[in-house]
Amino acid sequence: MSETIKNFLYLNRKAPYGTIYAWESLEVVLIGAAFDQDVSLAFVDDGVFQLTKGQDTAAVGMKNFSPTYAALGDYEVKKIFVEKESLEERGLSLDDLQHLTWEDEDDDWAEKDSIHLVTRAEMAAIMDGADVVFSF
Amino acid sequence: MPIEVDGKSFETDEEGYLSNINDWVPGVATVMSKEDDLELTDEHWDIINYLREYYEEYQIAPAVRVLTKAVGKKFGKDKGNSKYLYGLFPYGPAKQACRYAGLPKPTGCV
Amino acid sequence: MSTLHTVNKSPFEKTSLEACLGHVSAGAAILLIEDGVYAALTQTSIEAQLKGALDSVKVYALGPDLQARGLSEERLIPGISVVDYAGFVDLAAEHDKLQAWL
Repeated sequence: MSETIKNFLYLNRKAPYGTIYAWESLEVVLIGAAFDQDVSLAFVDDGVFQLTKGQDTAAVGMKNFSPTYAALGDYEVKKIFVEKESLEERGLSLDDLQHLTWEDEDDDWAEKDSIHLVTRAEMAAIMDGADVVFSF
Repeated sequence: MPIEVDGKSFETDEEGYLSNINDWVPGVATVMSKEDDLELTDEHWDIINYLREYYEEYQIAPAVRVLTKAVGKKFGKDKGNSKYLYGLFPYGPAKQACRYAGLPKPTGCV
Repeated sequence: MSTLHTVNKSPFEKTSLEACLGHVSAGAAILLIEDGVYAALTQTSIEAQLKGALDSVKVYALGPDLQARGLSEERLIPGISVVDYAGFVDLAAEHDKLQAWL
């Protein structure tokens, strides 16, 4: 394998359900996971609302795709960055978000946290460091 | 084209996937497998049931790579490979097993 | 003439709510729907703005849209009432007209 591994960053800035961006991003991430690249997800601005716990769409008649975020670990997506300032501006903290994990095959399937809380400055550096940024 | 199971009609899409996942009964898998001249064994049902559990939990059909790894972990390392899964489902776990399980076509499967 | 205003955009992304608040008259009602319901949360950067409006207008949030987004009623600014779809219809009927802020 001489193919270069690229660092892909999926940038999520929209709330779920009001528009289709959040679900489309998730679908692209799941499809893209087949390509063995270095994948990171960033949740910024209203994107942080995608990860809230306890979503129940029964009454609005839409598909509830929040359980799908928990499958990301199975797809080798282990780096999920959530911006601290975005959470705070929206009255949220990490406790309001789902607890997402991945299993480390090389460490007896130990469950490890996928979500990393980062500051806006750290997020800027993450964006800078990406080879390709997909915006949703 | 709808399929008939125990005198009841089930709506399917143009590729033969069940239109409504909640309609599913085990008979759906039996009828679909008969059309493919395939006899369902316990090993087939393990995969079908696992796919339904996976969908119930995550609201998606797993990619083949994800399914293979999960099957290896759940049913034994010797089963966690695509050779085993294609041995059970010659048309492929996605096209055949997911369809029998009443799941939509896996995301990214064309 | 009393008007029911609906806001369906997130206040953190669009200025729809701000524009609405700038144009409502006393006695009007605002119903937050779809992504507009995020404005009902406490401890946000727009909380003060919405609280200020509560003195002169009634503010409602649509329950099914709150539930879809995982927002429980305890998280909402006191004074905001939650209504269901039937309540939406009642509000529409009680007011002379409906004005949507998209």
